[in-house]
Formats: sequence, C-alpha cells, structure tokens
Amino acid sequence: MKVIVCVKQVPDTSGKVAVNPDGTLNRASMATIINPDDKNAVEAALTLKDNTGCEVVVVTMGPPPAEGMLRELIAMGADRGVLVSGREFGGSDTFATSQILAAAIKKIGLEADDIVLCGRQAIDGDTAQVGSQIAEKLNIPQVSYAADIKVEGTKVTVKRMLEDGHMTIETQTPCLITCIKELNEPRYMSVGGIFDCYKKPVDVYDYNTLKDDPLIEVDTIGLKGSPTNIFKSFTPPQKGVGRMLEGADKNTCAELAAELLKKHII
Amino acid sequence: MDFRLTKEQEMMQKLCREFAVNEIEPIAAEIDEEERYPFETVEKLRKYGMMGIQYPKELGGSGGDTICYSIAIEEASKFCGTTGCIISAHATLGAWPIFKFGTPEQKEKWLRPLIDGTKTGAFGLTEPNAGTDASAQQTTAEKLEDGSWLVNGSKVFITGGGVADTYVIFAMTDKTKGNHGISAFIVDKNDAGFSIGKIEHKMGIRGSQTSELIFEDMVLPADRLLGKENGGFKIAMMTLDGGRIGIASQALGIAQGALDKAVQYMKERVQFGKSLDKFQGLQWMVADMATKIEAARLLVRRAAFNKDNGLPYTKEAAMAKLFAAETAMEVTTKCVQIYGGYGYIREYPMERMMRDAKITEIYEGTSEVQRMVIAGQIFKK
Repeated sequence: MKVIVCVKQVPDTSGKVAVNPDGTLNRASMATIINPDDKNAVEAALTLKDNTGCEVVVVTMGPPPAEGMLRELIAMGADRGVLVSGREFGGSDTFATSQILAAAIKKIGLEADDIVLCGRQAIDGDTAQVGSQIAEKLNIPQVSYAADIKVEGTKVTVKRMLEDGHMTIETQTPCLITCIKELNEPRYMSVGGIFDCYKKPVDVYDYNTLKDDPLIEVDTIGLKGSPTNIFKSFTPPQKGVGRMLEGADKNTCAELAAELLKKHII
Repeated sequence: MDFRLTKEQEMMQKLCREFAVNEIEPIAAEIDEEERYPFETVEKLRKYGMMGIQYPKELGGSGGDTICYSIAIEEASKFCGTTGCIISAHATLGAWPIFKFGTPEQKEKWLRPLIDGTKTGAFGLTEPNAGTDASAQQTTAEKLEDGSWLVNGSKVFITGGGVADTYVIFAMTDKTKGNHGISAFIVDKNDAGFSIGKIEHKMGIRGSQTSELIFEDMVLPADRLLGKENGGFKIAMMTLDGGRIGIASQALGIAQGALDKAVQYMKERVQFGKSLDKFQGLQWMVADMATKIEAARLLVRRAAFNKDNGLPYTKEAAMAKLFAAETAMEVTTKCVQIYGGYGYIREYPMERMMRDAKITEIYEGTSEVQRMVIAGQIFKK
C-alpha cells in the first residue's frame, strides 16, 4: 500500500500580501508556505504510515524551488517526492492542473490498495476543485471533507464533515480523499528527518516524462488548456462596522424593525 | 568563506522557530512563575529528536552538527531561557563526556538513552568550596579491593539535579595530585547512597531545576569510572569548552528574543504623539544592541564551526560565551528600559528575560573564568 499526497506551495497570506498592477498575486515577492489543508493530508498519510508501514509519496506541481517544500515534507516523514515542473504546465487552471497531476499519479503508479490524499482547497485560489477533478480523471471514487479516515485492507471508511453534521462513507481503494483541518494536528519536521531529507529521492517529472499520457495534450494543459479566464481580481471592500442594539423592550424592537425597513431588508 | 547556513541548518532554524512559538512560548511565563520543570516540553523535544541533535544516528542521535544544536538553543531561548538551558545542559554536560570518553559498553548503556532522549543527563562538578576553582574538589572516591569505588561528598548548584536520570560526577581519587587526582564517574539516580539535597530557588531560569547532590557511602562498580583514573579534570574542562557554546547560544537567543520584542513594542507604543521607533535616541540604542547581537552570533557560530571541523575551540567558545552573556545582560537591561514600567512588571516577558540573562554570565564558568581561559590561550607557551 502507498499513499500519494498532492500538495501545493502557496503564498503566506499571514504576512505581507503583494498584488501586481493587474490584480494578480505577486507570488515572487511573497513568502511561501505549504497549503494548510495539504499539511493535514500529509499528516493523515504519515499516521497511516505509522500504523501500517505504507509508503508515503508527496507530489506537487510548481516551479523548481517547490522542491524545498517536498524536502520539508520528507523531513516530516514522507518517503519520497515528485516535483511536476515544466514551462508547458505554466498558467494551468484547476482543469489543466488536475489533468497533469492525474497523469503524474498514473506515472507514479496507482495500485489496487493505494490511496490519494489532497487538501480540501488551497488558500490562494480557494476553489476546492483540483482534488475532485483528479479523482474523475483517474476514474476512482472520491470522498471530500474528511474529518476522520480509517483503513482496513482495501476498505476505507471516511467521516465527512458537512455544514450541518457528519456523513460516514465506506469505499474501496484505490480512492481519493480530500482532507480538512479538523482531521488532525500536523506534526513538525524531526531533526533526524531534516538530516536525511536530502538523501531521499525527489523525481522531477517534466513535459517529456508525462507527454505520452492521453491526459496530456497541447489543449489540455497550461494556459491553452485552461478554460478559466480571470475577468477581474480585486480586494473586496471591508464591511462597515455593525451597530449593536441592546434591550428587550418594545422601543428597541421598533428601532430594529425601522432600521431593517430603511435598508430594504424587510 | 561562506556565512550562509546550509539547507539543512535553515530547515533546522525553521523547525525550531515553529516549535518555540507553538510549544515553548505559551508556557514560558508559567514555568517561571511556578518554578516548574517542563516535563511536557522535554517529552516533545525528545519526540522530535532535539535532545541529541549533534550526535550520530548510530547512537540514537539525530545526526546533526554543533551549529544546528546552537540554532536550537538560540531559537528556544528567544522565548524561554529555561528551555534553552535544559537542551544545553542535557546534551552537552550530561551526554558529551560519555560520548567522548565512554567505553563502547558505557555508550550503549548510558549514552544511547540520553541522546535518544528517553533519559536526561546532568553534570556534577561544582561544590560549596569548589566553584571557579574547580580543582578544590572535596568529594572523594576511594578504590575498594574489588575495584569498585566508595564515594562520599556533595555537589551544589547542579542543573537538572533531581530531574535527571544519569549524572557525570567528579571526585578526588588521589588527593596528593591536585588537578591530576580527580576522576569522573557515571551515577544513576537510583544508586544506593545517592540522594538529592536542597532544591534552590533561583533568580532566573526558574523552570530548570537546580539542586544539591549528596553521596553517602555510595558504592559504584568499577565500570562506572569514566575515562582514565585521575583523568577527570581534563574531562571536566573539555566538557565545559563545549558547554560554553550551548550557554553562548542561550545568551544569544535571550538577547535576540528581547530585542525582537522591544522593536515590536517600539512600533506600537506612542508617547508625545509618535511611536517610540521614531525617537532617534532609542533608534541608536536598538542599532547598538542589534550590532552586538550579530557579533555574538558570529562568535557562537564560529566556535561551533571549529568544533564541527575538528579545529581548536577552547578560546573561541570562551570568547563566544563571554561576549554573548554580557550582550544578553546589556540588551535585556536596555529592553526593560525601553518597556519602561511595563518592563518591570511580570505581566510582560522583559523582566523575566533580564533575570534569565544573568545566569549566562555565571554558570559553566563566570565571565571572569572566560577571561582567564582566553588570556591563558593567548599567553600559553
């Protein structure tokens, strides 16, 4: 059994947020972090490794410096990394990205008892589409919003967290699960892991590595293969300060009703 | 020449920063106030391999180097001088003498559990009448007919005393020989005749337990002798050379942590209609502090580099400790000044950092001893 975890390097929005004149993020000038939900996915994989001894492979698509993130994940306990990187892949939207990552997962080799884990969504795009699209393109079952994962042989039981409750789903490997922060508390890198992480393999998959896969066509990857067009990107105006009305008397209620009426809410 | 950290050292710094912010800072004030040894932090340090950073993996360590060890202590001490002290005293004073002078059997039995972190170590050299003059040992070890040792005496101010599992202690084995009549021994906390005396109440690093060790007719088997008979003084001095890199790192971390907080405070605190960072008098104070801290860091890293590369480091470690400790005291005192009244009260961390800084000028050789060591190296024939 192996667990393949898809991870993304994202700008650290807790620090300085730099925006280009055209409204897109100036990624080059921002510090990067591992997308938080993806870190929960890695922790879930490492917990499975602790319990079953399975192999954990971390895969990311990004520019060459993204290797540093893969090394950190190996220092946490992953066994090896795959960096999907090439000019042909640049500008990919979620559709094109999932084409490429699905092809990369096929190249790594998805076997009958394997599991693919993704974070629910990335904090930069917030689409939550890539995980689901990868599952569709690999033609495997998917379970989203996992708050608990149990694996017994090829049977996988996932507790999904929904807005108004939980749903427990049983499925079979190979499958894809998207993870949320409630799933676990990610571990740190270990000191020993740091001193081994550059001794473990990180393979680079470029266009030539993946080009024979039917998912990889000129019009299915990169900017050309991306049906999404960004019309406009802007910072939403901040909401104004609200007004608190206190009291349980008739006058307060009347004041509240008048205010809501004035704003055409009722 | 390259002043940059390696990729692994950079990762180490990142790990230690995250760990310090999440695990160390939140309880720093509490363990100081309660004078409580943070067993829970030590367990987490063990789990992530931070109790044996600079030791080889074959012996249960993490396979890192002295620079990484220094980085870990610096990052921890930015938020909590106690935690920096715990890592340093354990990994150097407790473990290193066994690493350097132990037999293969001693390493397997005593060192492995120390550097994999399942046990903690301490070092017993100081006595009531043997502080800076460490050669005036009054604890004695008498060789018995069967080769075992009868130890009597006591030690004071022992970092980790009462919480550590394994102690490296020193005793006179031949009174006629002075320095050359001291030997080192390994003591287990459960050895008959060994007990913990007074637990001290300290000014700073109050979460780190400091106690008296008492040996009353303690019989140690022959295989507890560490290194050669009468070779203990050299073991003690060499151990302290390395220990000084740890304490220098602790002092560096305390200084940097205090300055980081003061800089943040200056941006927020408004007096006379402008924030404190707009006052040139204070800006210059910060510039001087930052320069000294950077100089201290270069001395510390240089000493660690020498140790890692098999170069002499006695003088370098003494210089690093002397300068970093005096910088820590000066910086924390000035940072309390910048904080004003808020610096003097316990609700803010600055007074604790100033109290923690003071010990770095005293333990593992006072600043005066460091000057003796440095001068001794300069004038040696």
